[in-house]
Amino acid sequence: MFWFYAERILGYWPVLLKGLGMTLGLSLLSLLIGAAIGFAFGIIRAGGNRWLSRALGLYIDLFRGTPFLVQVFIVFFILPAAGIELSAFAAGVVALSNLAACFIGEIVAAGLKAVPQGQREAALASGMTPAQQMRLVLMPQAVRIVTPSLVGQFVLLIKDSSVVSAIGLLDLTRSGWMIVQSVPQGLMVFGTVGLGYFIICYPLILLSRRLERRGQDALL
Amino acid sequence: MLGGLNTRVMLEYLPEIWQGFLSTLWLSAAGFLGAMALGVLACALAIQPLRWLRAPAVAYVDVIRATPLLAQLYFLYFGLPRLGIVLPEMLIGIIALSLNSGAYMAEIIRSGILSIPRGQVEAGMSTGLGYMQRMRLIVLPQALRATVSPVIGQTIVLVKDSSLLSLISVVELTRAGQRIAIDRFMPVEGLVATALGYLVLYYALKSAAGAWSARNALPGRG
Repeated sequence: MFWFYAERILGYWPVLLKGLGMTLGLSLLSLLIGAAIGFAFGIIRAGGNRWLSRALGLYIDLFRGTPFLVQVFIVFFILPAAGIELSAFAAGVVALSNLAACFIGEIVAAGLKAVPQGQREAALASGMTPAQQMRLVLMPQAVRIVTPSLVGQFVLLIKDSSVVSAIGLLDLTRSGWMIVQSVPQGLMVFGTVGLGYFIICYPLILLSRRLERRGQDALL
Repeated sequence: MLGGLNTRVMLEYLPEIWQGFLSTLWLSAAGFLGAMALGVLACALAIQPLRWLRAPAVAYVDVIRATPLLAQLYFLYFGLPRLGIVLPEMLIGIIALSLNSGAYMAEIIRSGILSIPRGQVEAGMSTGLGYMQRMRLIVLPQALRATVSPVIGQTIVLVKDSSLLSLISVVELTRAGQRIAIDRFMPVEGLVATALGYLVLYYALKSAAGAWSARNALPGRG
């Protein structure tokens, strides 16, 4: 019985593989876009302009305070009303990179604030412009501080990307959902799907832990 | 875009939205209780010395953390009936939420306990306190205090995650908002109402965490 169904599920390997590829592509692309915007967000949030920082904080709160599923629906159903038609994949990339930018922005801001004040003063005293201070002194140190959190954030992104299956994008979760319609073995089908996520995410979790430990050693 | 928001329809559906809001509230509360129970249990198993008891707890936490909640939810939703276990969707949802958040709670409590300096435990030993006494009098009072803020943080995640239950047709806030979208063909109104409901819960929990840590922060620790 077990082997009968196992064989049938494995017969769907092209679908599963395609889903896995979609999950990876969606999360990687969103990570890249989200990190680029997120670093800019972080610099603004940690920067001197209080009103700009507050306005951005409010924007970030809007997305940290609502479920990602609702955000996906908003991008997929509301943007068309404003005249912007998006495919499920494009909607997924927009929603996921925006979420990534919000979380990475807060991480980067915390990292920048964690760099000791003396570093900035020293950079200022050596006659660096604000841009030079950021590029040569503050950011390199902040990046080292936030790297473990960024890896952890990537794991969250990969997992959150499963929610985009709700608007029909054929990712790993959706491929499981399709297979379970014809092979009614939920435990085996979603066990396989879960294994796919585990293979990607678990090494990243271990990496994040290791980086964190190394960071703590470096501080001692 | 939001200028054309049909507030009349939103008001008309206010009772449904309110019902959905209450459902989200109590689904989250049930999930929270389950998650805390599982979290304490998994953490207790993970920090005690017996290896064969530690392994399953560690495996539970790692497997949950490396897979998405939606896949876990479908695993139970499509899987349990085949085992002859037929449960209402709502209960499956609560179980999935508890299992998922429980793993994160376990990690939070564990790092709270591990954050207690070793010297304090040794000081307890040298004053002749037993294991349970050390836990009760020295470790836990401090560890739990350090745990409150991250636990509230995870509760925020739990509340938002409960929206996924709408995908297995549990009627809660997200699903209630979809009613406006489907009945009246007005997705914007439904989604805005839904988002507002979650934001209320988010700000309530966020300010609770802020107020708590402002009053109870341990000197020198976050």
